Amino acid sequence: MKREDSMRITIDGRRRRAERGQTILEVAREAGIEIPTLCYHEALTPWGACRLCVVETSMGGRTRIVASCVTPAEDGMVVRTDTDRIRDIRKMIITLLLARCPGIEILKSYARQFGIKRIPFEKGSEDCFLCGMCVRACSEIVGVGAIDFAYRGVKTDVEPPFGVTSSACIGCGTCTTICPARTLTLEKVFARRTMHCKKEEIVGRCTICESYYSGV
Amino acid sequence: MIRKAKHKTPRKTKAKVASKTINICHGTSCIEAGSGQLEVAFEAALRHKSLSADVKVRPGRCMGYCHVAPVLTIEPDGVTYGNVKLSDVERIIDKHVIGGKILKDLLVPAEPAYPSLQPLSRAGFFEKQVLIVMRNRGRIDPESIEDYIANDGYQALAKAVSEMEPEQVIDEVKRADLRGRGGAGFPTGLKWEICRRSKTSETKYIVCNADEGDPGAFMDRSLLESDPHAVVEGMILGAYAIGASHGFVYVREEYPIALERIVGAIEAARDYGLLGEGILGSDFSFDISVVRGAGAFVCGEETALMASIEGKDGRPRPRPPFPAERGLWGCPTNINNVETWANVPPIILKGGEWYASIGTAKSKGTKVFSLVGKVKNTGLIEVPMGTTLREIIYDIGGGVLRDRKLKAVQTGGPSGGCIPASLIDLPVDYEELSKAGSIMGSGGLIVMDEDTCMVDVARYFVRFLEEESCGKCTPCREGLTRMRQILDRIVEGKGKKGDIELLEALAKVVKDASLCGLGATAPNPVLSTLKYFRDEYEAHVYRKRCPAKVCKALIVYRVIPEKCTGCQRCVRACPVGAISGPRAQPHNLDQSLCIKCGACYEVCKFDAIAGDAIYVE
Ligand SMILES: Cc1cc2nc3c(=O)[nH]c(=O)nc-3n(C[C@H](O)[C@H](O)[C@H](O)COP(=O)(O)O)c2cc1C
Ligand code: SF4
Ligand code: SF4
Ligand code: SF4
Ligand code: FES
Ligand code: FES
Repeated sequence: MKREDSMRITIDGRRRRAERGQTILEVAREAGIEIPTLCYHEALTPWGACRLCVVETSMGGRTRIVASCVTPAEDGMVVRTDTDRIRDIRKMIITLLLARCPGIEILKSYARQFGIKRIPFEKGSEDCFLCGMCVRACSEIVGVGAIDFAYRGVKTDVEPPFGVTSSACIGCGTCTTICPARTLTLEKVFARRTMHCKKEEIVGRCTICESYYSGV
Repeated sequence: MIRKAKHKTPRKTKAKVASKTINICHGTSCIEAGSGQLEVAFEAALRHKSLSADVKVRPGRCMGYCHVAPVLTIEPDGVTYGNVKLSDVERIIDKHVIGGKILKDLLVPAEPAYPSLQPLSRAGFFEKQVLIVMRNRGRIDPESIEDYIANDGYQALAKAVSEMEPEQVIDEVKRADLRGRGGAGFPTGLKWEICRRSKTSETKYIVCNADEGDPGAFMDRSLLESDPHAVVEGMILGAYAIGASHGFVYVREEYPIALERIVGAIEAARDYGLLGEGILGSDFSFDISVVRGAGAFVCGEETALMASIEGKDGRPRPRPPFPAERGLWGCPTNINNVETWANVPPIILKGGEWYASIGTAKSKGTKVFSLVGKVKNTGLIEVPMGTTLREIIYDIGGGVLRDRKLKAVQTGGPSGGCIPASLIDLPVDYEELSKAGSIMGSGGLIVMDEDTCMVDVARYFVRFLEEESCGKCTPCREGLTRMRQILDRIVEGKGKKGDIELLEALAKVVKDASLCGLGATAPNPVLSTLKYFRDEYEAHVYRKRCPAKVCKALIVYRVIPEKCTGCQRCVRACPVGAISGPRAQPHNLDQSLCIKCGACYEVCKFDAIAGDAIYVE
């Protein structure tokens, strides 16, 4: 490591060395500090959308709240990952997502971890919390780009381009494997996938073990 | 024997009309002036006359006729009516929609009337204004480059190219202390310098942000329409300073005239050798293309805007990297607002020091505002930074309409805040506005009088922003919807204990944790009204009362028999026929028909209609 490429940052009171270009999340994980994430995946370009990974940074007297998965570490930066303000934000984010998708295990487990007892909002029935991993995996790993976001605001959804049958989908199942919502809604996510692609025949289901397979 | 007709004549005869659409403007000024109520009244009246199938009522976008708000357009006739009152609803349907006659007294002129073209009787309107950006407006023919040149046009460019190094141009802009007029107020000279010094690539771009998605705002459109060359010259100067080879003007699609003028100006500049290879005989080359906006408010955000120019989905991405390092196609890119660009030529021509002599300690020069709402003189104004709200509203604006009491001023567009009348002496600059819980934004100024319900105002803006949220990040996408649901509940009289606190907690998270500026500023309307008008929220939630008598669910209209003379004015005004009664006797108001539009309340000359709030003990 060249000297000028190495930076010093402080995370939760611990001094760490960081390489130029490393994100705060990467430095924290190396230091064994756990920051919860929902839309981050090592194999994909950071997306910065769920905002669960927020941390407080101070640089030159200015305190900011940033998403650690997309914010590069800077020399002299002081990072705090567990302040009251950060905890309040994370709780609210899980509360909001759980109100949208009440059935998803990963959200429920975060809710338990954060001590969330009550959802003060009307419950929805969505099964996707729009982390965008499937979209990124399909384009970055599979190189196909068969699915994308459609619509705006709360109506946002994952669909093949222009909502029509995607002839590009090769039925590899990468999107469904990577989907963090899968634990509880395996079937729904597959259904979702066939819905994305509107090609029912590409997904088969084994009659013995009941698992799904790509039927191309 | 003559056979009886098969069918009885229906009781209500349905008038035969050609299908029409009534577009009721839902821009800020029009909403302020009651276009929401108008819409309800039209719908009810059409239903009443069994015309709903043929005549559609739709919300429309601001057309720049804010000075005669509320405004509506009847299509396909292309007729625009302004200052439409609830009592005009009946008349418009009977005379125009059914009768095919145009109501001359409501007609607004075909071209938006700019203040500079208005009679000089409004002298007070001009006294406190200082025109730098709008220097040529109304004085030159915007389609004539010769006119622009005859008024010092392209002199700054000639000076820069022949006498100044690019760094000197940047220094001059830094000396002027010019800050971005698109919202955040970032120092322009510094931004240019970062972009010039960026080593990411040799190719560099500049962009003019003319997306202007704020409802009711029209300063950028007006600039492009009235003085397009000022923007073009500013961009050429910026490109020279930064070392950019190509520029883009990103214009909102709904601005056909602005588009035409800027395209025309670019062509004319090319013909004169001011754009293209070897500008003015130097070795500096630069050209500009025009891109039509994708139409979404969020596309005005710089990273979404760049994605849109690249032909991708117009959603914001996290910064850093900032555009000055990685912008269009990964190359260093400098984005400025229309007004920022238009400020550049005078700065280069007259010097940064001259510019910095105008304004306050940290905000220099002038700012263009669109002054709208309940104020006597509306329109675009340009004032030195630091001019107080009082000077703007009373000296320039001529005071509150109908001399009502001022309640608040909303600044900064949909994601700005509401400043209470008690802060009327606030000098308007970036710092002071933000201290007061609002923002400069792109320069919207909406004057609100005592008849405005602040909870309803907050709800209107949150709803707009909810619809414009791109949906990428959790706080903005989910949080705004939940905030809007709580606000809906409150204005419908269904607010619960704890709602205000939940709303506040949500607002803070959305502000702190959102990915882009839309989410980060979206809670301002709520936070500022909670800060200054919390009692109004409490009145709605705990006492089921709307102090301003705006929230319909919390109002009942009734006739006060002792005062009613039986004049029948209200009978004619009511769009749904809810009031009846023989002449000269107290009238009856049928609550089951009443749509709470308030038309009767408005027209009654004897104060015999009470629109009081329900009190729940
Ligand atoms: C949701 C959103 C909408 C925006 N819309 C506009 C706009 O319509 N026009 C504009 O100039 N800037 C807009 N901005 C600000 C731009 O992102 C950017 O800061 C600005 O164009 C920079 O130019 P300036 O430095 O000259 O102000 C918007 C920002 C956000 C977050
Ligand atoms: S299954 Fe289809 S949509 Fe999913 S990652 Fe593979 S190609 Fe993309
Ligand atoms: S389907 Fe799964 S992977 Fe795709 S956005 Fe939704 S939750 Fe994320
Ligand atoms: S803050 Fe709103 S508009 Fe901005 S990225 Fe997030 S969802 Fe999209
Ligand atoms: S993990 Fe960082 S924003 Fe989702
Ligand atoms: S014309 Fe309706 S707000 Fe401008």
